[in-house]
Amino acid sequence: MSKNAEFVKFDKVDKSYDGKVLVVKDLNLDIAEGEFITMLGPSGSGKTTCLMMLAGFETPTNGEIYLDANPISNIPPHKRGIGMVFQNYALFPHMTVYENLAFPLKVRKISKDNIDKKVDKALSMVSLSGFENRMPAQLSGGQQQRVAVARALVFDPAVVLMDEPLGALDKNLRESMQYEIKHIHESIGVTVVYVTHDQSEALTMSNRIAVFNDGKVQQLSSPDKLYEEPVNSFVAEFIGENNTFGGEVVELSNGSCKVKLSHGEIIANPISVKSKGDRTTVSIRPERALINPENKMDNNHAGTIEEVIYHGDHTRVRLNLLGNSEFILKVPNSSKNLDIKLGNKINIGWNSQDARALDPK
Amino acid sequence: MSSETQQILTTDGIPLSVSLKKAERKNKIKAFLLVVPLLLFLIITYILPIGDMFMRSIDDKMVTNMLPKTFSAMEKWDGKEMPPEDVFVGFYYDFKILVENKEHGKLAQRLNKEKNGFNSIIKKLFRQVQRNKIDEGQSIKEQIMKVHKRWRNVEYWQAIKRTAPPYTTAKYLKGMDMYYGPDGSIKQVSEDRRIHRILWLRTLEIAFFVTLFSFLMGYPIAHLLATLPMKYSNLLMICVLLPFWTSLLVRTASWMILLQQQGIVNDFFVMIGLVADDNRPEMMYNKVGTYVAMTQILLPFMVLPLYSVMKTISPSLMRAGKSLGGTPFVAFWKIYFPLTIPGIGAGCLLVFILAIGYYITPALVGGASGTLISNQIAYHMKTTLDWSFASAMGLMLLTGVLVVYWIYNKLVGVDNIKLG
Repeated sequence: MSKNAEFVKFDKVDKSYDGKVLVVKDLNLDIAEGEFITMLGPSGSGKTTCLMMLAGFETPTNGEIYLDANPISNIPPHKRGIGMVFQNYALFPHMTVYENLAFPLKVRKISKDNIDKKVDKALSMVSLSGFENRMPAQLSGGQQQRVAVARALVFDPAVVLMDEPLGALDKNLRESMQYEIKHIHESIGVTVVYVTHDQSEALTMSNRIAVFNDGKVQQLSSPDKLYEEPVNSFVAEFIGENNTFGGEVVELSNGSCKVKLSHGEIIANPISVKSKGDRTTVSIRPERALINPENKMDNNHAGTIEEVIYHGDHTRVRLNLLGNSEFILKVPNSSKNLDIKLGNKINIGWNSQDARALDPK
Repeated sequence: MSSETQQILTTDGIPLSVSLKKAERKNKIKAFLLVVPLLLFLIITYILPIGDMFMRSIDDKMVTNMLPKTFSAMEKWDGKEMPPEDVFVGFYYDFKILVENKEHGKLAQRLNKEKNGFNSIIKKLFRQVQRNKIDEGQSIKEQIMKVHKRWRNVEYWQAIKRTAPPYTTAKYLKGMDMYYGPDGSIKQVSEDRRIHRILWLRTLEIAFFVTLFSFLMGYPIAHLLATLPMKYSNLLMICVLLPFWTSLLVRTASWMILLQQQGIVNDFFVMIGLVADDNRPEMMYNKVGTYVAMTQILLPFMVLPLYSVMKTISPSLMRAGKSLGGTPFVAFWKIYFPLTIPGIGAGCLLVFILAIGYYITPALVGGASGTLISNQIAYHMKTTLDWSFASAMGLMLLTGVLVVYWIYNKLVGVDNIKLG
């Protein structure tokens, strides 16, 4: 069975609410069949608007959205056959769990026997069998969440949209629900478009992540690529932790460049710098910088420890390095006894490959 | 052992429940003192007047107090034949005291209400007693029966006996167009004189339709209010509330200006050619006027509870309904509407109860065919001064409201009502 790589297609979509500001700017996005794609971004970045346009609650100001090659801008939401899980679950409070799940089946005029079977199946999928006669108010947040997921899937939609569905849950529950949703996705192979502002959620669950900012997709790639190889300083900043140095490119050769900072120089991997004299922001992941590296690394600098925070499995160390007093290191909690004490001077090294010279902030 | 496990003690050895009560007592007293003024106010202005109304509506002690000896003698009388000598003796001595105090006129008035013809025979008896024509040494029965032939008629003595109980439900019967016949049975007033029943039915009918119209108009307004962006909904809210801030009398008067035959609405109809100039419809001093004015005046009471309920319904519920495949109508009917029932309940109950006791508007624009039971109550309070009848009807109205509330509770459930 060949998967359609353009199952959902945003084609040059613009959206404005007031005719003055574009909330979504020239969005082009292809979503493959069966894919779990996450729209990630800070609030107000246009990700929820995109979701609402796909669901049919907002109309694109310009451009077209295709679902399985059919333009859908003129199809009302109830005819699109797209399941949706809402931020606050939007369970119907006056209906039992069974009635909530049966609602999409009843409006499709499915026979009572089939409804019972499908509801049963959907409930066992989210491990809530036996909860048919409960009212939503009698369920815990996590259970309501599962019912909402089951309801969005019970009528076998081609696409399921999830709008920050785990936002209201506590941390542990959120994590276990992440895995659960991921497993459900893997087992039934439905296309999921997921919206969140929580990067760890996005990294855990998705096949691909579209990072939104200011109405535009900043980067669209798999979680590992997104983390390892951010293409601009916004993505680098937004995904994971990040140490930055602002400076000016003084030497540019194939595969490496030298950046002059206010205090000293570093060698970096040129990603978005084009020529000598460009301003740039160099980004280094905390775990890529090592203390007293054994192998020779092409960046080696001394810094002063300014703060030590114990985190159990690791220790966060804040250094003053090359004039940047916000340089963070994550030191794993191992038996190796390092000389990490407030005020000590230590040697830090990293490979120029991991220091990505991106656009200036 | 078992008693120790049953009773939990504090660290000082005092039983926990005692200690808890002690600790909470101060707060409880404080809380109670805070509500005392309102409680007193309620008792003085609400409970006591209703109690007084009730007493007034069933009070019939006047004759009982005037003729104590008569009634004690009457206890042994079967009420069929002429009463025995001792009833007459008792009546004679009671009457003598009344004559001395010059209170026989009141008795005549009251008994005449019970049965026509008492006025003249009591006057005759009064003259006899005043001139000491009754010889207390001889049979008083014979002498009184000689005063007038009606004193020999057993029906008049039956009428006196009927006034014996200190309390009567006659006023309530009158409110239902019924009365006690000479033999004590309940009888209907002749058909052409049944005014109260018509008024009760009309009151119910007008209250029902006013509630219906307010609902039909208030529901969309409330929905609009709850869904519009803030800057428009505030403006609309002011429009809804504006009538609240205007005097009831002014509003009713403005409806009179609008609805009268030479009024603005009629002028408009004539202008657009809907009606002929010489055939302007009457929209006031009838039910139409009452409906229009009352619906407008009571509309906010429908809109506000509906609005407060609709405001709490998340818009994502309707979206969820649509995304799950429900047409907009199905989503509305199966999801939105059931969730607004508490507001509908509160609004309808409020409007209905207010409408059922409405007074000023029907009095001004209702004319003869648009007046309600409350106008009748006011008429008896101000014009005929029959306060006990007015009280009886007032209480019947109150009972009616309670019955409505009870039915409502059975249908919708009071817990399901949200007033805001």
